[in-house]
Amino acid sequence: MKKLLERVKKMEPEKGTLGHTLYDAVFTFLFTPDEVTHDGVHIRDSIDLKRTMIHVVLALIPCYLFGMYNVGHQHFVALGQHVDVLSGVHLKFFFGLFKVLPLLITAYVVGLAIEIYYAYKRNHAVEEGYFVTGALIPLIMPPDLPIWMLVFAVVFAVIIGKEAFGGTGMNIWNVALLARVFVFFAYPGAISGDQVWVAGIESASGGAAAEYNWWYTGFLNTIFEWFGASTFDTAATVVDGFTGATPLGLAFTGGQEAIYEVYNSQDIFWGLIPGSIGETSVLMVLVGAAFLLITGIASARIMVSMFVGAVVMALIFNAWGYNSYMEIPWDRQLAMGSFYFAMAFMATDPVTASQTKTGKVIYGFLIGALGLIIRVINPAYPEGWMLAILLLNTFAPTIDHYVVQSNINKRLKRA
Amino acid sequence: MILLLPNLSFGSVAYMSTSNTLLSLILFTIGAALLIDWLFLKNFGSEMRSIFFPKDKQPDFIAPEESYKKIDKGFTIALKGAPEKNEIAREITHFSLQPTDYRGILPIPKMMVSEGDHVKAGQPLFYDKDHPETMFVSPVSGTIKEIRRGDKRAITDVVIEKDSETDFLSIDKIDKSASRDEFITFLEKSGGLPLFVQRPYGILPDKSNLPSRIYISTFDSSPLTLPLTQLLKTEDYDFIQEAINYLHLLTDEVHIGLDAKAEEMPAFAELENCHKHWFAGKHPYGNVGIQIHNTQPMGMEEIVWTIDPQNLVVLGKLLKLGVYDSRRYYTLGGDVQKPGYVYTFAGPNMGELLGNEASSDKNDRYVSGSVLSGQKRNADQFVSAHTNKVSVIPEGDDYEMFGWLIPTKMRPSMSHTYLNYLFPGEPLSANTNTHGEKRAFVMTGQYEKVLPVDTYPLPLFKAIITNDFETMRGLGIHELLEEDVALCEFACTSKQPLQKILREGLDYVQSQM
Repeated sequence: MKKLLERVKKMEPEKGTLGHTLYDAVFTFLFTPDEVTHDGVHIRDSIDLKRTMIHVVLALIPCYLFGMYNVGHQHFVALGQHVDVLSGVHLKFFFGLFKVLPLLITAYVVGLAIEIYYAYKRNHAVEEGYFVTGALIPLIMPPDLPIWMLVFAVVFAVIIGKEAFGGTGMNIWNVALLARVFVFFAYPGAISGDQVWVAGIESASGGAAAEYNWWYTGFLNTIFEWFGASTFDTAATVVDGFTGATPLGLAFTGGQEAIYEVYNSQDIFWGLIPGSIGETSVLMVLVGAAFLLITGIASARIMVSMFVGAVVMALIFNAWGYNSYMEIPWDRQLAMGSFYFAMAFMATDPVTASQTKTGKVIYGFLIGALGLIIRVINPAYPEGWMLAILLLNTFAPTIDHYVVQSNINKRLKRA
Repeated sequence: MILLLPNLSFGSVAYMSTSNTLLSLILFTIGAALLIDWLFLKNFGSEMRSIFFPKDKQPDFIAPEESYKKIDKGFTIALKGAPEKNEIAREITHFSLQPTDYRGILPIPKMMVSEGDHVKAGQPLFYDKDHPETMFVSPVSGTIKEIRRGDKRAITDVVIEKDSETDFLSIDKIDKSASRDEFITFLEKSGGLPLFVQRPYGILPDKSNLPSRIYISTFDSSPLTLPLTQLLKTEDYDFIQEAINYLHLLTDEVHIGLDAKAEEMPAFAELENCHKHWFAGKHPYGNVGIQIHNTQPMGMEEIVWTIDPQNLVVLGKLLKLGVYDSRRYYTLGGDVQKPGYVYTFAGPNMGELLGNEASSDKNDRYVSGSVLSGQKRNADQFVSAHTNKVSVIPEGDDYEMFGWLIPTKMRPSMSHTYLNYLFPGEPLSANTNTHGEKRAFVMTGQYEKVLPVDTYPLPLFKAIITNDFETMRGLGIHELLEEDVALCEFACTSKQPLQKILREGLDYVQSQM
């Protein structure tokens, strides 16, 4: 290990160059620096931001694995092949892998390049916030999103949403959600409607052809043939009657019955439904959420209060019952769409959320309530969490201000 | 979190029409893990826990009507090498009185002696030009060997080489019926006043700001501690009682904080003529600032004096015997072969105190005080006046491959990303490595977990950084000193220097008042 350390140290470029920033980022990834404490405490907790962030990424892995599988599963369901969940496992997984991997790599490469450039310009170390942002962005995008759109979205989110405010820890809005909101408003056709949630088909209507590029027909099919496994069928077409509609889309037109004509509740809970890559599976999100809660990284306060807020709002809608969408019971209402994903991974971002105990409860509750209002009442937005979280991100400092002020007033009264 | 579980369970019953065993297995595992974590490992929702588990029982030696408070927040860091009740004989000849130990005085005090002079124990060595009546007196009798100076000619040490026989200066005793002013004058002249610390700001007490309360914490909860009750002798308690009786000349509000977690009733509980408060919990429940806050928070303009029990013994001897006898117990712990204690005069030389434990081939750091808020000292420097503890820890100036991801050994941590949270109280060794680089504030809620004070630490620190006077005062900066936020600094994921930030804020507030 010493030899390796010396060899790596020899490669160190001159300080103050772009190369040094890059070197420093890689070096501190490989080795914990030899920095020691000075004044103040002499011993430090062994947790640091790198470790914290990597644990969030670990929590996202179930969503990634299931998301990849589901991208493939939805593709084959549309084509009427391998409709059973556990048939054509290799095809589904690799189909999803080859759809998701380019998005993931693009998100990391583009985002980290910007981070490193700004770190070099500001002459500080590359901070770890993008570890998580880069992993979150692909999960909240549709699987067939063109790479160039993702590039634009990441550039927008990282430069305008983060670096403009001073980098990790300084941003006001959740960076991953800014990337999504950029796509949502700049290219609405690519991220809303019924057409976009199933990958690899020309359009979501009966008779449309399947689309495979060389990676599927040339690369993967050759490998699968060696093993004698089933291959991608270029002649396949979308089955008649397929619409590609998500449960949210169906709920909007016909309420609960419309959803359960197409999907059963088990599909929705496991996440075998069309949607953004990582958000469909309630189960996998809950696995990640449990991991974050046990390691103590995410705030249980925000999760619980957001859950309560959404349940309360769903019950109010039940009581109101203006249309069939409002009549969906709360547990089914929340199982659809990306509620649990937003709750576990988006609302709990410590930088953009409220920072005080009481503030967190208010913040979470309002996201839960507002998000459901946007989802159910506003026909322009099929899902509400993205906008609700960004809105409350904006108001989180205000909430904190009043919470802090109440503590100040209490102390002033005591004096 | 518990709210999620009912949804999960009855939700899954509905979804389980096709008896999916895998699904139920996964759900059961998640549920069980969360439940175990919540019930036994106290990760989240300690308030919710208390609904099901009523407050820990008060120990039998505390009468039900006595003031008892359990402090839930905090974290006790268990380190290897805790001092034992094991007296170590050391030949210590050099002692120092360090003007830098006292806040609120000018960097260059007026010297009353010069190198080569012979002084008695209790003889004034210097005074501060801003407080010309307050004498700083010699802890030992001997010859002034050296007057060390630091940056900008500030005096850092007045080094005294001890005589073989200690010659005490005899001081005129004071009557218990003396007036408040007479008592203050006595404290100033005899060197008793610098034994106290004045809050807010942790400065040298000033006779123009007399205290409305005097608070004494009788125990220390920081790492590497030997309970004082195991060291003090019966006559020491008599001196403490004598000192407490005299303190009533200053104020009738004399409070002492007692350790409710002690195995048996601490002898301090038998002290009379003072208000007693029992505390149970985790570090920093032994910090006097935390005890003051949890008894009755300091008012905006309130002045509280605090004094350490060993200094109280010195004060008691001063009042009863008329001599300034600074002898005290210094505990020695950490990376040493023989953890124990040394009985000697105040301000001993670090190298001499450590004796054979201080070897140059071991890359160790000597800390005067606790590892959380003490000062780094070399072997030729001296132990500070406001501590009774010396900690030795290895330096951590080495690289570790993937140390942030897969550490090679267990280290103290509050984070549940390490499995050592399953074994609380297991002594671990620690070094001075920062285990990561400094970052902007990212994580929230960490400081609140270890600061048992009704405030918002993160907004407070941000207010200090932005020089927001109103907010930092409103959030109670005057109730805190460095030692109180030391645990926040230990736990900080972003490795922020919180004690330094707090001191900047205290200095700023003090300059504005």
